[in-house]
Amino acid sequence: MATETTSIRTGMAQTSGQYSTFFVADLFFGVDVVRVQEVLRFQQMTRVPKAPEVIEGLINLRGQIVMAIDMRRRLGLPPRSGDQDPMNIVVRTEDGAVSLLVDEIGDVLDVDAATWERPPENLDRATREIICGVYKMKDQLLLVLDAERTVDLVAGNAA
Amino acid sequence: MDMLEQDEEVIREFLVESHENLSRLDQEIVELEKHPKHAALLASIFRTIHTIKGSCGFLSFTILEKITHQAESILSQLRDGKRDLNPQIVSLILETVDATRKMLASIEATGREGSDSFDDLTERLRGEAQGTGIAEKPVEKPAEKQIEKQADAPSIPVGEPVRTPAGTPTQAAPQTNQPPEQPDESAPVAHPESSAVADANIRVGVGLLDKLMDLVGELVLTRNQILQFNAEREDAALNATSQRLNLITTELQEGVMKTRMQPIGVVWNKLPRVVRDMAVALGKQIRLELDGTGTELDRTIIEAISDPLVHLVRNSCGHGIERPDVRIRAGKAPQGTLTLRAYHEGGQVNIEIGDDGAGIDVGRVKRKAIEKGLIRSDYADKMSDREALNLVFQAGFSTSEIITNVSGRGVGMDVVKSHIEKIGGVVDMFSRPGEGTTVKLKIPLTLAIIPGLLISSGGELFVIPQVSLIELIRIERDSLDKHIEHVHQTPVYRRRGSLLPIAYLNQVLGLKTDENAEAVNIVVLQAEDRQFGLVVDGIYDTQEIVVKPLGKQLKGLSVYAGATIMGDGRVALILDVLGVGQSSGVLVDSREQGRNIAEKKLQNEVERQRLLLFRAGSFERLAVPLTLVARLEEFPKSSIERAGGREVVQYRDHILPLVNLQAVLESGEPQRELDDPAQVIVFNDLDRSVGLVVEQILDIVEEAVTVRQKTNRNGLLGSGVVGSQVADFLDLNYVIRGDWFGGNSGSANGKRILVAEASPFSRGLIRSGLEMAGYHVIEAANLAETIHGLEQHPVDIVAAALGLPPDGCAGLHGAMRRRPEWNHIPILALADSADQMQTPSGPGIFADCQPKFDREAMLESLLRLASALAPAELPALVGEEK
Repeated sequence: MATETTSIRTGMAQTSGQYSTFFVADLFFGVDVVRVQEVLRFQQMTRVPKAPEVIEGLINLRGQIVMAIDMRRRLGLPPRSGDQDPMNIVVRTEDGAVSLLVDEIGDVLDVDAATWERPPENLDRATREIICGVYKMKDQLLLVLDAERTVDLVAGNAA
Repeated sequence: MDMLEQDEEVIREFLVESHENLSRLDQEIVELEKHPKHAALLASIFRTIHTIKGSCGFLSFTILEKITHQAESILSQLRDGKRDLNPQIVSLILETVDATRKMLASIEATGREGSDSFDDLTERLRGEAQGTGIAEKPVEKPAEKQIEKQADAPSIPVGEPVRTPAGTPTQAAPQTNQPPEQPDESAPVAHPESSAVADANIRVGVGLLDKLMDLVGELVLTRNQILQFNAEREDAALNATSQRLNLITTELQEGVMKTRMQPIGVVWNKLPRVVRDMAVALGKQIRLELDGTGTELDRTIIEAISDPLVHLVRNSCGHGIERPDVRIRAGKAPQGTLTLRAYHEGGQVNIEIGDDGAGIDVGRVKRKAIEKGLIRSDYADKMSDREALNLVFQAGFSTSEIITNVSGRGVGMDVVKSHIEKIGGVVDMFSRPGEGTTVKLKIPLTLAIIPGLLISSGGELFVIPQVSLIELIRIERDSLDKHIEHVHQTPVYRRRGSLLPIAYLNQVLGLKTDENAEAVNIVVLQAEDRQFGLVVDGIYDTQEIVVKPLGKQLKGLSVYAGATIMGDGRVALILDVLGVGQSSGVLVDSREQGRNIAEKKLQNEVERQRLLLFRAGSFERLAVPLTLVARLEEFPKSSIERAGGREVVQYRDHILPLVNLQAVLESGEPQRELDDPAQVIVFNDLDRSVGLVVEQILDIVEEAVTVRQKTNRNGLLGSGVVGSQVADFLDLNYVIRGDWFGGNSGSANGKRILVAEASPFSRGLIRSGLEMAGYHVIEAANLAETIHGLEQHPVDIVAAALGLPPDGCAGLHGAMRRRPEWNHIPILALADSADQMQTPSGPGIFADCQPKFDREAMLESLLRLASALAPAELPALVGEEK
């Protein structure tokens, strides 16, 4: 099952060229640029008591209510230092727009399909679960984020 | 009547649709003549004619059906390539279109197809369809096919005398050259008439309407933001503009909402068939009555209630209504009646599905529930019938014994209930053994925009849908322990004598508690038919909010119904009252139910009267009937003197004693300083008056008062909803007891009045008025209690409600006349309002009749009756009468 889905994604990953990149702790992620609706500074947020921990809150995106997922918690990483406000990267998913709270926004990068590789086996589970491949960039590895799996908190062990 | 209306609705839709189709058809046929082999065009024309034919058959427009049937046959041959298009066929079809138009016009005007039977056209069409009618064209078809068709032919015009069979071919021939002529003759007549329906309606895609609704939702939010912005600054121009924006938005919202409204008949239309099929399958006779087919609901709601409705109807047919033989044995008509009613009530739509069948055997339901392990047997004995009936709605109540295999198609009543509750509706069931069962659905009009109350808890803002809101209670922190008590660690609040389970919202949501708050706010909520109090940190205003669904990841949280955007742009979560109640545990206990049902009954007694609203002490809204009030006065504090140990004021050459209402109502608490000037309500009774000092006069309203509950608190009669807010009704008799000069020896000389009135609340008000006038009052709620009261006390006059249960004043009169000792007691009938008053009739069931809230008239009438009774007392009384 797992290999099957991966192979499908593999095809996708290799054909598309541009990625919006961002940082979460020391991890360097990329998400398919056509999936990104917009990038925003930190927004005022409404907490959702009793919701899974990774859901930071709801933001008002010009009249649209968008759920914000804290990527640090999603990846099981320690929280950001107090003075650092996260950035919103709003991605389109099957269930509508979802905002990912990340540490820092990077550039939009062109990638070479030839540098693509499947996620390393020894990657920790939380990370492996939500990425669908790795591009070997010149000085860094770009982890390709699987947006659908990132927002799927039921299947993933979100909390 | 209803069936007729329903038919009219269907016919209207048929007309609109057909008009559209026909105008397209004209173009298409002309186009087809240019491209005779155009398959898509042919298919479209065929479909149009086919649709009209189908609808005609359904609506039994036989002539139209016949014509379109023949035209369809020809088109079918063309479509299948069996023959080629020629101008003659084109004219024939165009002629058909015109004939159709003419008939549609007639249908629109008279409801019938009209006198022209179009025999000639039918014949020619049939001839063309069979390929036999055209003289100059040799028949090229295989012989057997022709025979087959001819054999079929006679069966078509059954009962239709063919008048011009011979003339058909000859008339058809010249038609070729002048196709437009004949249609044009009918056109000037047909067109202006036929366009009436078509012009008044256009078809709009549902998607567009939904989009509009979304946009209006956004507009409402923006409007709220502007209003908030406006409130913060003092700009006259902005103020005026935002007021206009406010009005326009509201109107636009209503308008767009209306476009999405559909009559419930849309769903009901399929029910006659369902009922008929069920009746045939089960060997029953069932008559379906539809009442309120035109009642409109938002289309999303129409969709949502469609399945539950069909299920409920099937249920009623399946095990509600009995077989004819059973019915006859039970002394009922063999034909059972299934009644569906829909009507608007208080911003909601009520739908009732009632049958006159066997009703539900409560004992059987209980046994089944015990068997299924849903309830314990000892509990079953204590259950009221109503509670037991509601077991039917519980998941896992598989009533194989009750639901037959025909009616129970895998969907249980629990699914019906959950479907209705999902859209914010309520299901209720009433059943009387042998008389039938009624299921009542209360459905909101729309889901998109709802009024909600803003509250805060743990620093977060939440919205509670106003539908669930009953009342708001505020308790000062220092008196908290006195008011919130604990039963086995479960907090409860004593609300007017009954216990209200309490939940803390910050505990439910795992938020921090604000320990320093000076007061506790309780929002009393209704979920299903139970009530509970929700403690919140702050209560703000009410707003129209636009409900936005939560994402998939948050759908699982039962405590939220959605989210909305507030005026300041912040997102606020909308609480799901039922979910909050369940997750806090206050709604698990079903013992609450019984009492709330009793409360509900009280709620339904609606009475209209004029009320004076005012404020005193911690009571924000107090009410007294305006008929009791003589005047409203302001007295400067300096004019208030003390005499005989009490506060008085000189007023119109009299000394008016004052009663400080706050001191009476909050007797345990420190008495507040009087305001300057003091607001005083003056109550008058003949030669005596008293002034009630209140803090503020709020309003005078004329309202249907929904009585909530009688209270045991001294000084209050009970509370009710006045102007959509709760108000406490003052027990004047208690408040100013003993404050009359001259004590309680009023003008009535202590006559005893028995007040027979079903509503405890009205009774209280009447009592209060009468006691102030010096009467002794005995209360009775129904006939039995009246008789008991008469047996126990010497009574001078009976004041009885015209509608006293069980059978009104007449019943009371009958009962009283059977006892000679009560023969002389006059009855004063009390009407609900002035326009329901009746005049005393003949030897008289009652001696006089007065509206029950017109105290003056009632007192006068009582004086008259009393004086007739005991003439000796007359002189003293008449002098005082106004």
